Amino acid sequence: MFKNIKTVFAREFKSYFDSPVAYVFLVAFLVLVGFLTFGVAMFYERRQADLTPFFFWHPWVYLLLVPASTMGLWADERRNGTIELLLTLPITLKEALVGKFLAAWAFIALALLSTFPIVVTTAWLGDPDFGAVFCGYLGSVLLAGAATAIGVFASSLSRSQVIGFVVALAMMFALLIIGFDPVINAVSGWGVPGAIVDAVASCSLLSHFESMRRGVIDFADIGYYIGMIVFMLAAAEVVTDGRKAN
Amino acid sequence: MLKVDNLKKNFGSFQAVKGISFSVAKGEVLGFLGPNGAGKSTTMRMITGFIPPTSGTASICGHDIITDPVAAKASFGYLPENAPSYRSMTVEDFLLFTAAGRGFRGKLGREKVEAVIEKAKLSAVAKQTIETLSKGYRQRTCFAQAIIHDPKVLIMDEPTDGLDPNQKYVVREMIKEMSAEKAIIISTHILEEVDAVCTRAIVIAGGELKADGTPSELRALDPEGGRLDKVFRNLTMQEAK
Repeated sequence: MFKNIKTVFAREFKSYFDSPVAYVFLVAFLVLVGFLTFGVAMFYERRQADLTPFFFWHPWVYLLLVPASTMGLWADERRNGTIELLLTLPITLKEALVGKFLAAWAFIALALLSTFPIVVTTAWLGDPDFGAVFCGYLGSVLLAGAATAIGVFASSLSRSQVIGFVVALAMMFALLIIGFDPVINAVSGWGVPGAIVDAVASCSLLSHFESMRRGVIDFADIGYYIGMIVFMLAAAEVVTDGRKAN
Repeated sequence: MLKVDNLKKNFGSFQAVKGISFSVAKGEVLGFLGPNGAGKSTTMRMITGFIPPTSGTASICGHDIITDPVAAKASFGYLPENAPSYRSMTVEDFLLFTAAGRGFRGKLGREKVEAVIEKAKLSAVAKQTIETLSKGYRQRTCFAQAIIHDPKVLIMDEPTDGLDPNQKYVVREMIKEMSAEKAIIISTHILEEVDAVCTRAIVIAGGELKADGTPSELRALDPEGGRLDKVFRNLTMQEAK
């Protein structure tokens, strides 16, 4: 089983680098994260050696870049007819799905890994809490995993990459905005009961990232992300299985 | 080696395949004939487990495609319609991937790929990406992935569609070379294919089986002259009317 997942993973991961898209993606990720951290969040002006302003922007950068990297995962297979080839090999749909998901996740993790100079810079300038830095990266990787699973699901819906992109973006945006403080405050201001607001906000990708980016690991947050990944992949399996020939 | 048992497929209220049964033995090359839209591709997709049948089943080398799909899929090679492949990969990488998907990894995988490149006459283009190849080479690349594991059953959906006469000849020669050891199904709407490679043919139209026999038996269905195209028309045109 793991060998089949590895086979699918290796092909998919390598295919990112078959075209210039991967390099454009990596550069765009670094430029965006760098600009937002140093230009918008005033990293130097804060005069604090911690990475919270850096991690603050990750959900919003993923909002654009994760759908861009997942939109083709199933849509391309459908458009080129290779889905028929892939799913008549002696591997299961689950193995193909998990292999693809892991490849996209690994690709985003690679982009995240290439932000390490910012850690080096911070360590050189001051004395950051490396536990908190690790925790921030862990939170960011898990967030990226949940976003990737949403992207895999969106890509399985049709043969169009554009639909894959837009649906993933819309779903992610909805899951971010319900945990975004200004929105929560506005909704509370309309007289909606606090319990309901809290319950909705607790489903957000953002609220579970908040504490982790500040350096707190809570198993409930980790469980939320793993649950989200499993749920979205299961949904993608149902959709792919039911709509293979379309 | 291949047994198809009363396969049916409904798409909503439309019944695309209305109960088809046949079997193919070792050494046979079965031509699967029918006009466009007759249900050929749908039937092949059900036999290969790509889409589930509404009812009925198929078994390949004794493995049921519904209850034991992985073992069944391991026993056949499949060339889907339009010979799809991952365009951005080189021929070699693509074949290494399909070999790995069939359990041939590492050194064994490379040996299998080298052998099949030789067999499908792809050496000249092995290092090229598939998108740069002509249609004939793309077809042969996909053909190569179907025979890489030397399957006992080979299923091909319009393997010569859109090829020039020379390319058709090459593909048919390859099929003939392998036919003694395998059970082969070729779906086609090109009747010359039947005389060129098939030992037996079935005709379907409107999702139903219309005829099953050797090429000469089919010819005998036409009392005046025995022309295959006339037999084909007689069998399949009633549906259109």
